[in-house]
Amino acid sequence: MALREIISSGNELAAHAAIDAGCKFFGGYPITPSSEIMHELSDLLPEIGGTCIQMEDEIAGVACAIGASMSGVRAMTATSGPGISLKAENLGLAQIAEVPLVVVNVMRGGPSTGLPTRVSQGDVAQAKNPSHGDYKSITLCAGNLAECYTETVRAFNLADRFMQPVFVLLDETLGHMHGKAMIPAPEDTKAGIKPKKEFTGDPAEYKPYGVAQDEPAVLNPMFKGYRYHFTGLHHNDTGFPTEEIETCRKLIERLFNKVEAHQEEIDSYEEYMLDDAEFLIIAYGSVSLAAKEAIRHLRAAGIKAGLFRPITLWPSPAARIKHWTDKIQKVLCVELNMGQYRDEIQRASARLDIDGLFKVNGRALSPYEIVEKVKGM
Amino acid sequence: MAFNYDNYLRVDKMPTLWCWGCGDGVILKSFIRAIDELGYNKDDMCVVSGIGCSGRFSSYIDCNTVHTTHGRTIAFATGIKLANPDKKVFCIAGDGDALAIGGNHTIHGCRRNIDLNFILINNFIYGLTNSQTSPTTPKGFWTVTMQKGNIDPTFDACKLAIAAGASFVGRESVTDPKKIEKLFIKGFQHKGFSFFDIFSNCHINLGRKNKMANAMENLDWIDSIIVSKTKFDKMSEEEREGLFPTGVLHHDENAPEYSDMYEQVRLAHQGKRKNITAADFAKKA
Repeated sequence: MALREIISSGNELAAHAAIDAGCKFFGGYPITPSSEIMHELSDLLPEIGGTCIQMEDEIAGVACAIGASMSGVRAMTATSGPGISLKAENLGLAQIAEVPLVVVNVMRGGPSTGLPTRVSQGDVAQAKNPSHGDYKSITLCAGNLAECYTETVRAFNLADRFMQPVFVLLDETLGHMHGKAMIPAPEDTKAGIKPKKEFTGDPAEYKPYGVAQDEPAVLNPMFKGYRYHFTGLHHNDTGFPTEEIETCRKLIERLFNKVEAHQEEIDSYEEYMLDDAEFLIIAYGSVSLAAKEAIRHLRAAGIKAGLFRPITLWPSPAARIKHWTDKIQKVLCVELNMGQYRDEIQRASARLDIDGLFKVNGRALSPYEIVEKVKGM
Repeated sequence: MAFNYDNYLRVDKMPTLWCWGCGDGVILKSFIRAIDELGYNKDDMCVVSGIGCSGRFSSYIDCNTVHTTHGRTIAFATGIKLANPDKKVFCIAGDGDALAIGGNHTIHGCRRNIDLNFILINNFIYGLTNSQTSPTTPKGFWTVTMQKGNIDPTFDACKLAIAAGASFVGRESVTDPKKIEKLFIKGFQHKGFSFFDIFSNCHINLGRKNKMANAMENLDWIDSIIVSKTKFDKMSEEEREGLFPTGVLHHDENAPEYSDMYEQVRLAHQGKRKNITAADFAKKA
């Protein structure tokens, strides 16, 4: 696949990815540091006959995008942590009703209003369970400018495949970073789009949620003769509310199974200089850029460090994490939060001695901080 | 021959979960008669409801239906409408849904004047959750959260809708279903935000503790607080106290509609027209 060189910012790349991935609808609300995504799409979407609407609040921003998606178009919203807190309710509806949606979160410092213009990775845990109840999130995390494009595209495809919201986590550094990125040509992105499953039989036979226990719902577009029902209530195979004991159990278990049974389609990670590594650094997002530079410095000083970088954060690539944490004794998790993903590394590795370098003052981590930390391990 | 509702109903979902004598069924039937009169195709319609007894409205109509979260009908419907501007989109919400938790969306749906048909089923109480005060509960009424008498001022939803920019605003009550049907027929044909404030009874959770424990008593009370707009307009301020006018209260056929205007945005971005200016909003002669 031929790549093209583009000079842009992470936020703008996410917007262009949406267009190339066939997105036709964006609903949002202004919030730093994600607003440039809406700015860009307010120009790009109407140009191709789509819609970009600034709604009255974050709640309405996600709700109108879910509505558009229910009707059958690819849809997206973008925000930052405070916006996710507000959108959480409707993200839960999209989880239980199985509505595909791409949600970009350009992370800033929290909690609450926090540090609006400063970088953070404080929403990693939130991305796993933003809404109440049981469901299985899919969360992708861009680690460089190019991935702001490619992971957004992948999010659209995964959302349609698994019929649920998919998070793309950027952070303030990546969202606002301008630089060179090598990304696929729009034609290649378009060629990679798989049409969403549709039922083509007799409408009387259509059971949108009547699928195997490890498969997502098959939801046809509206206005095409298949008149069915969406609800946030527990529902049966036809989509209508029920409290029938076995149906309720099977619904929630299926929301888990559909993701867990196909994790190989979702897993994504990068392994950097790990083969001979004696120090395992685990980092994701913009922090991984500093980690890579730190590894080069460490290796120049004769210290064999390597990086495991999860790109899909949720569900975590647990088996691969365990592979490396079994192999390498000294493990350091580097994050711009208080260790939200270290919890997951501990779980996946079944080790409680994972060291951490955590920074929560709204400033990026420098490679030297990582170098110093590793030297002291 | 009696009107056959079955063609528009999901008969297999009957009986409804609504109580005996509930006004919601009267509104549902009025709605069906209106869409039948207008000849709408069920495949071209989408009904979006929120949370509460009214939230179940969408389950019973045989079209594309969405039962959303509490108060958010307009937000979901806005996405559906903008992505499918040629389709008929309806919202059904209760008074708590539309005026409390969803008040912001109601204001901005009206303000945009997007072509949605918004039916407020106004029964003056949180019925499904057992008698909490709603924004339209009359002052002095018993509610489970104001057991010594409600002190919350009563919201006039139509005044809100008109002030916020809805271009069609009307009110009727379940005491006269034929009038609801006529109001629906008129409002559904209107291009713009059509706001229907339909007074309904909840003798179970409003009436029981307010001396109107059966449906007829509750309906009599509703009749006692409504008066036709024609009569209302001739009344003095004192005479109007505690009364709500019915009929078409506001109808502006020339107000620009949002999905039409968004099409102009598309054309401008495609270089097919000049930028939008204030002149695009000048009233038609």
